[in-house]
Amino acid sequence: MLQAIRRFFAARGVLEVETPIASRAAASDPALDSLSTRWHGPGGAAGLPLYLQTSPEFPMKRLLAAGCGPIYQACKVFRNGERGRFHHPEFSLLEWYRPGWDHRRLMGEVADLVRCVLDAPGLAVEEVSYRDLFRERLQLDPWHADLGDLCRAAADHGIGGVDGLGLSPDGWLDLLLTHCLEAGLGRGCMTFVYDYPPSQAALARVRPGPEPAGERFELYLDGLELANGYHELTEAEEQRRRFAWDLQWRAAAGRHCPPADEAFLAALDAGMPAAAGVALGLDRLLMIKTGSTHIDQVLAFPVERA
Amino acid sequence: MAYYSTSEFRGGMKIMLDGDPYAIIENEFVKPGKGQAFNRVKVRNLKTGRVVERTFKSGDTAEAADVHDTQMQYLYNDGELWHFMDPASFEQLTADANAVGEAAKWIKEQDMCNVTLYNGAPLSVDPPNFVTLLITDTDPGLKGDTSGGGGKPATLETGAVVRVPLFVQSGELIKVDTRTGEYVSRVKE
Repeated sequence: MLQAIRRFFAARGVLEVETPIASRAAASDPALDSLSTRWHGPGGAAGLPLYLQTSPEFPMKRLLAAGCGPIYQACKVFRNGERGRFHHPEFSLLEWYRPGWDHRRLMGEVADLVRCVLDAPGLAVEEVSYRDLFRERLQLDPWHADLGDLCRAAADHGIGGVDGLGLSPDGWLDLLLTHCLEAGLGRGCMTFVYDYPPSQAALARVRPGPEPAGERFELYLDGLELANGYHELTEAEEQRRRFAWDLQWRAAAGRHCPPADEAFLAALDAGMPAAAGVALGLDRLLMIKTGSTHIDQVLAFPVERA
Repeated sequence: MAYYSTSEFRGGMKIMLDGDPYAIIENEFVKPGKGQAFNRVKVRNLKTGRVVERTFKSGDTAEAADVHDTQMQYLYNDGELWHFMDPASFEQLTADANAVGEAAKWIKEQDMCNVTLYNGAPLSVDPPNFVTLLITDTDPGLKGDTSGGGGKPATLETGAVVRVPLFVQSGELIKVDTRTGEYVSRVKE
């Protein structure tokens, strides 16, 4: 699989890079928790916390800001607390960036890569906006539904225990997506869901307008979330605001607040070219390629035996 | 009061939901890459046996149910209640028809049963997986039939009716799988 991926990018003139797995800063995304370790040595006599990357996003964007052109990386990433049939705390991510592209154009290249790795040249593509997905399949407009609408929709679809969940609007949308929609996505084709509510833009730019949208996409195949991509946010000020908001949220929720990545913010200050980027879960892609039903089937030694 | 968090949930664990004790059957972690993590948990209501799915936010907790399994000897039925004894402490307790349920048609005096206690009272009774019972009534089989497709109904000493091969006769002992209610073999005395 890695050979096919390397050939794919070599033919397209995308440079393979390597960035640190352990770094001084970590993702502040409310949905992610980093594993950390301590470094003892020059500059870290008392033990400097080093965070294991949840994705190589920040250092790769620093390379983009330095003018490296299109780049890719296949690496190990770590996410604390994630374990299940499709989750493992240590997994392999393929991440790549295309300066000058937007998310919609990158979706086409993601489809090409998946076809190449799965050796399925005829695998079709379906594109649906996040909004149409909810409107068509749940008769719900995610931009305008209120907490009552969302909670009712979840109860109507037979999700047990909704009364005690106490979710935010985005939490309810995540609940409906994972429980009612995901299983039906990517059946017999690759389904790209694109243009997310601004509150779920994560690190994507928000397209302004009367109904702003986060320029983000997700790829689903066989009901499995395979990739997440952005038309990247390159504005330093907006990025600072989002970091501050994330950290505020984490503090309020009693979660660990890692230091924000100042080197990444400095790179945005210096100027990062407009770009689209995507991260694709290689273990899940291998699961699909081998017809596996549990992520442990594609790991040599799962964490319980690592 | 003990609480379990979703990351501790595993099959067989007993938790309280809406005031009823439940057993966890399956715990599935679901999480969008950039969103809220959930645990979709399949649970069985230990009172009604009904299986339902409940969703928790990952990290949420549920109260542990005071439910545990114990091996007890079935003593007798007094016409209304079933009496069981703890073979170690000789302590006795009674279970009603609701708790005994299907087990009633398989157990006979002195059988060891798994009794599930909830707050100290019997919640359910599981018979041994295999029981040996006497056939009290069945049609005489056809001579010469040694295996038999289809079989015939046979009434056992406990009142249960199972399908047996044609060569099995009244007055014989047979082994029955109580989980499926199927005949396994004849048993020599």
